[in-house]
Amino acid sequence: MRFMLMHKLDESRPELFRPTPEFMAAMGRFMQEATEAGVLLTGEGLRPTSEGAARITVSDGKQTVTDGPFTETKELIAGFALIQAASLEEAVKWGRRFAELFDDVEVDVRRVAEMADVAPPA
Amino acid sequence: MAEAATHRAVEAVWRIEAARVVAGLAGVVRDIGVAEELAQDALVAALEQWPETGVPRNPGAWLMAVGKRRAIDLVRRRQRLERRIEEIGRDLHDQEPAPEFVEDPIEDDLLRLVFTACHPVVPPHGRVALTLRMLGGLTTTEIARAFLVPESTVAQRIVRAKRTLAQARVPFEVPGPGERPERLASVLEVIYLVFNEGYSATQGDDWMRPALCEEALRLGRVLAGLVPDEPEVHGLVALMEIQASRSAARTGPSGEPILLLDQDRSRWDRLLIRRGLAALERAETLGDEPGPYTVQAAIAACHARALRPEDTDWARIAGLYGVLAERSPSPVVELNRAVAVSMAEGPAVGLALVDGLTDEPALREYHLLPSVRGDLLVKLGRREEARAEFERAASLTRNERERTLLMERARAVTES
Repeated sequence: MRFMLMHKLDESRPELFRPTPEFMAAMGRFMQEATEAGVLLTGEGLRPTSEGAARITVSDGKQTVTDGPFTETKELIAGFALIQAASLEEAVKWGRRFAELFDDVEVDVRRVAEMADVAPPA
Repeated sequence: MAEAATHRAVEAVWRIEAARVVAGLAGVVRDIGVAEELAQDALVAALEQWPETGVPRNPGAWLMAVGKRRAIDLVRRRQRLERRIEEIGRDLHDQEPAPEFVEDPIEDDLLRLVFTACHPVVPPHGRVALTLRMLGGLTTTEIARAFLVPESTVAQRIVRAKRTLAQARVPFEVPGPGERPERLASVLEVIYLVFNEGYSATQGDDWMRPALCEEALRLGRVLAGLVPDEPEVHGLVALMEIQASRSAARTGPSGEPILLLDQDRSRWDRLLIRRGLAALERAETLGDEPGPYTVQAAIAACHARALRPEDTDWARIAGLYGVLAERSPSPVVELNRAVAVSMAEGPAVGLALVDGLTDEPALREYHLLPSVRGDLLVKLGRREEARAEFERAASLTRNERERTLLMERARAVTES
């Protein structure tokens, strides 16, 4: 099974997007550990929505595009990791290790849909 | 309810930590069979205590500490026993050094564990069971379900494997350079066996079977981290990632197999393909002469790169099968090469190659030989001969679904 770990940060605190060398080192250790455990498939960090972001909304079939920053939402997705785990519990264990790197963060752990979830039953 | 939740939490911890705990303990007691029993003891202790105390902050360290305490007790008991034997026996083979508790880096122990559990003195089935249990943290029940054998069979394989290792006095160490290629091949064989067992699972099978593919991929990636300079490890990882990328496309709605060229390529997993191609590149950069896994991965990569079947670089695939035939000659590889050649240069050239294989003893009962011949004959318009080949293929296959498919082809070829 695959799970997506998404972490959300408060964009009103710009210091969160200027990581210290210590933080980068700790993050590097986590990524290495998860890679060597054969768990981490891929992952990326995101820049705050003030630095290159747009939101496309479709309402009643009509599209609007709003440029960042998205100030109306406090916590915004700041990155993701795609992991392979045998159970939700295992994914949560990895999510907690990831969350330990931060002082203030919210991490959502979500199971990735597979063909079997979306295909009509045979 | 809360207990069930803790139980699942312990299982999750176990899957993450088992390999390191067993490896670390084997580093102390120098015997993977004993180490595994100590680790299981620690796991039992966790199952008893954690529902009361909650899961500790660093569960891996907790398990290791409990296991080590028991290991030390065990070593002490053994030393006392040895002393007594010495007192009685009197013929002194004195200074047998007491085991030292040097803290090796855990990665070293993990690598030793991989090589020891996959030692070629143990038959493949035993190696697979030991590896899944010690490195994958799978239970005997799970392994039995995955391999469709009774639990007692798996338990017996594990016991025998441990005994064989102990009797052969296999040391808990990474093999030296002379032994290394053979020992590494044995490790890779185990991982690929696990993968193929999962890959051959069909729809409706217990979910534990396909889960073996993920487990093999995980083990392969772990190994690639432990021995990053071995090209064939990356080659195997590449092969597995690319094959796994086709999982969702290779069976139809009622579980019938879909051939590579007929698969809906939009269902191929792009992430796994990307990872596979990256691993293949590492393998090719590291080694001058690609090994068999790397060549097979390169063949799989040719298909993965083709967005449509007609974009497939068949000439390159034929060339790669030629390389593979040199490295590990086999009539089956020759047959595959003939198919690739026929795609690149036309059915007549392919048929000439296939005809050269019909006397191969190893292929006499192999249903794919007449099936391939039938394909080529159809393309050449020799329908009557093609029908006979499909019928022959149908009589040779042991797979019911395949037999139906071949009989249909036999019928269709002379009707149209």
